[in-house]
Amino acid sequence: MLAQQFINAISLGGVYALFALGFTLIFGVLGIVNLAHGAVFMLGAYSALHAVILLRLPLMAAILAAIVTTGAAGWLLDKLIFAPLRARDAPHLAPMIATIGLAICLSSSVEGFFGAQNLRFPVEALPTETLSLGGIRITWLELQIVLLAFVLMGILMWCLKQTRIGRALRGLAESPKAAALLGIDVEGLFRFTSVLASLLGGVAGVLIALYTNAVFPLMGQPMLHKGIAVVILGGMGDIRGALLGGFFLGFAEVFSVAYIGSTMRDAVAFGLLFAILLLRPDGLFGKATQRRA
Amino acid sequence: MEWLDNFWATYSTLLLSVGTNVLLALSIYLTLACGLLTVANAAFMAIGAYTAALLTLQTGTPFLLALILGALLPALVAMLIGRPTLRLSGVYLAMATLAFGEVVRILILNAEDLTGGALGLNGIAQLTTGFDVAFALIGALYVLLRFAGSRIGRAMAAIRQDEIATELMGLNVRAYKLFAFVLGAALAGLAGALNAHFTFFISPNEYGFERAVEILAMGVLGGTGSPWGAVLGGVVITLLPELLRGFGHYRPLINGVVLIVIIIYSPQGIWDLTRFIRRRHSGKPAVN
Repeated sequence: MLAQQFINAISLGGVYALFALGFTLIFGVLGIVNLAHGAVFMLGAYSALHAVILLRLPLMAAILAAIVTTGAAGWLLDKLIFAPLRARDAPHLAPMIATIGLAICLSSSVEGFFGAQNLRFPVEALPTETLSLGGIRITWLELQIVLLAFVLMGILMWCLKQTRIGRALRGLAESPKAAALLGIDVEGLFRFTSVLASLLGGVAGVLIALYTNAVFPLMGQPMLHKGIAVVILGGMGDIRGALLGGFFLGFAEVFSVAYIGSTMRDAVAFGLLFAILLLRPDGLFGKATQRRA
Repeated sequence: MEWLDNFWATYSTLLLSVGTNVLLALSIYLTLACGLLTVANAAFMAIGAYTAALLTLQTGTPFLLALILGALLPALVAMLIGRPTLRLSGVYLAMATLAFGEVVRILILNAEDLTGGALGLNGIAQLTTGFDVAFALIGALYVLLRFAGSRIGRAMAAIRQDEIATELMGLNVRAYKLFAFVLGAALAGLAGALNAHFTFFISPNEYGFERAVEILAMGVLGGTGSPWGAVLGGVVITLLPELLRGFGHYRPLINGVVLIVIIIYSPQGIWDLTRFIRRRHSGKPAVN
């Protein structure tokens, strides 16, 4: 039983971490609280679903389709909204309000095209085999979700640490001005970040859709709340913090449902969050930074 | 005056919503004017709405007293959580107040015996009249406009520009921040209490994340430079979906697009744009 919960927590936590990674990337590099990240997540789920239903693609190709769609959405997001606001030197709240508008646009157009009802992946498209390992049952699907989440996170961490573009990104997060002086293509990297963050959100959308087998226009809203919680836990803009925060929330949710009951679950979670913010404003895993003028 | 009666009969709910939404926009204007990004206003609105509605529903308290208590209780809560919370700044403050808002919503959801839980409170007497809302609105606007040119308003503007410099000038920054936070909570509570007494029904989910973000959008869209900006933002955000009714299915889509376009072309808020145009017409240079 315990081991079973452990598996559930890891797969849920992995998806939360993936979602939070995109959210925290945009905050860390562009300095924007992207309230459309939940809508992009939903877009990913719909793209994969319709790639499976209409184009009859296999699951992995459908995930690729979701990556392409949400990556393109991320490109447009920066091109049409963030870049013009950067050019105008907008105050820091303006882009956040614009992302609210975008979230409304995305969820209402998806609702207009596909309806408000709950859609499901066709049964024959999903792998149904289960593996049994000493009393623990894990479905092949869960295993794929976990593997995919971990592989993506691994690639991302490695790229940020080792590659030229990763180093440029970290420099940009530290100070855009200094990065520009060092000859880094700041505008290009901003756009790249938006694409990368959005496609991570899109993959998380597909994985949650597979996990819960429910796709609907407002599925991004609860995820956005959770993403915000995760990012606070880990420290805003902190990549490693988002990973740890994602798993922390996954474990907290699974184990509190299993052992405490689900009615006050969210109150406990957000109460904890409130307390953490008051005691450790830089996140559970963040280093204390004191910024004075 | 028959047309006026007809007009009121058709549009009274909409006009009352515009009024209470403008009150909400003013409530977040107060903290935004100090440079504080707090988004607990939806929670304060909920506390005010539930306080007043429970008072008139279950104890038969006179409406005016219920309104006053509906503004006072959120102010009291704001005073309690303000001291530790307002030490945070920027996004962290926003997140903390957002988390507080969720806690309030979930507590209301779970206190079923008192609040009816997810089913909400039904059959609240429709006591709010246009005069009540107009009176509250004019009062709030008068006070805030008086602030703008006064010591308090200047202190708030100074805090927004540079908190540390303001503190070094000898001003009690924490007290001013707490004042803005508490007064904002009272305004949001009053808006909630008024709103509950014309919508007939309230439930915890009306006061969640979406509402909090909507209130913030009203404040930012209008512009944080003047209370008039908040008024404009509240009116636009409330009326926009109604004006787009002719677009049918595409209404939310166009609503979202309009929001984005306004922000891109007027990132400082609509009020800033109107000021710019006025200056240009009067021949003075548009400086900021």
